[in-house]
Amino acid sequence: MKKITTPLEKEEIEDLKVGDEVSLTGIIYTARDQAHKRLVEALRKKDKLPFDFKGAIIYYCGPTQTPKGRIIGSCGPTTSSRMDIFTPDLLKVGLKGMIGKGSRSETVRKAIKRYKAVYFLTYAGCGALLAEYIKGKRLVAYEDLGPEAIYAIKVKDFPLIVGVDSSGRSIYE
Amino acid sequence: MRIIKEEKIKEIVSKLCIQANTILRKDILFALKTALKKEKNKMAKKILEAIIKNAEVAKKKKLAICQDTGIPCVFVELGKDVKIIGDLKQAINEGVELGYKKGFLRNSIVKNPLLRGEPFFKPAVIHIDIVKGEKLRLTVLPKGFGCENKTQLKMFNPTASIKEIKEFIIGVVKNAGPDACPPYTVGVGIGGTADYACFLAKKALLKKINTQYSILNTGISKLEYDLLSEINKLNIGPMGLGGKVSCLAVNIETYPTHIAGLPVAVNISCHALRSATGAL
Repeated sequence: MKKITTPLEKEEIEDLKVGDEVSLTGIIYTARDQAHKRLVEALRKKDKLPFDFKGAIIYYCGPTQTPKGRIIGSCGPTTSSRMDIFTPDLLKVGLKGMIGKGSRSETVRKAIKRYKAVYFLTYAGCGALLAEYIKGKRLVAYEDLGPEAIYAIKVKDFPLIVGVDSSGRSIYE
Repeated sequence: MRIIKEEKIKEIVSKLCIQANTILRKDILFALKTALKKEKNKMAKKILEAIIKNAEVAKKKKLAICQDTGIPCVFVELGKDVKIIGDLKQAINEGVELGYKKGFLRNSIVKNPLLRGEPFFKPAVIHIDIVKGEKLRLTVLPKGFGCENKTQLKMFNPTASIKEIKEFIIGVVKNAGPDACPPYTVGVGIGGTADYACFLAKKALLKKINTQYSILNTGISKLEYDLLSEINKLNIGPMGLGGKVSCLAVNIETYPTHIAGLPVAVNISCHALRSATGAL
């Protein structure tokens, strides 16, 4: 089990190989379909991005509502391939990690290799279990999107599997 | 004639939404535990253990099994001797909203499919059937869209062979691959019209899943068994990382069809196949 922390450093990323089990501690940002659309639109208009992308990790996740007395509700990964069309643009501005479920397109795999980033899988359909690894949550942007808003979430020993490593190799190949 | 008030319907629907989303169906949990026993692959075993643990955590902490609490599909069997005081559909939608808010589930429904906008808790997709008797039976099936997006319909020629039909169904599962949270339960609707086959495929997911097929069975049960065996040879496995169990069950529903056609629809469910039934 390899341990990593955010923001991701070059050496850390290069050390990760397809199929490695990884435990992550630090801050990650939730973003899914509509948030991705807005982020890429912001880039096109040269607007300021809502968080620092350098070495950042995006988690493809839209949590449920937060029950009283809890940090977060159920919060597992959503299907990554829907974000494929937006991903290369975000990698270009410094995004280094993505967490989701399922496969990625060839274009994304090539972009991951080009920008030396990494794609992780986490336990799919296990939103209640994954909530146990989350220690904090803060709204960052796009509140009107409800569950699709961007949240900064603080994770401790969050379980991951390397799905596409920085050489562009995929676990599904 | 039996009278049922709108308020009672709202109340039961709300309870069923919470139950379906937080307590995994017994047959599914059993099938997952059976799969874990069969599995040899180390990673597959680890993921199945996480899936089973997730169901336990969800139940204990009253959390949604999956953050995608879906579009609630509500199947209604309305006895013909029931008189409802109020509006049935409105009562169901209000019950859904109440349950989803109370259970801290997710607002995943946009009012306008093209313009999108702010997500809400309702409306549900409602299927109403009129049956004999004086009971109102309601089933809530929250359907997540990771797997709903993998649905396919094919209008076969009436002369199509079973082999072609099987290839289509297996192809749909192959196409879903690692993306829709395997191990899957595969719902298949055969016959009727295009729309009705899709309905049947969804309805098939409500059938209690069979973990002990009798190989001696003929007809549909044999087709279900054969499909399950072939899908499990695909080596998709939990999270698509390989393994013996890619599919927990194949459920087929059929209906008479036209001499000129043979509609076949496939609706895949993720491993968290959730539903709850209650009656008034």
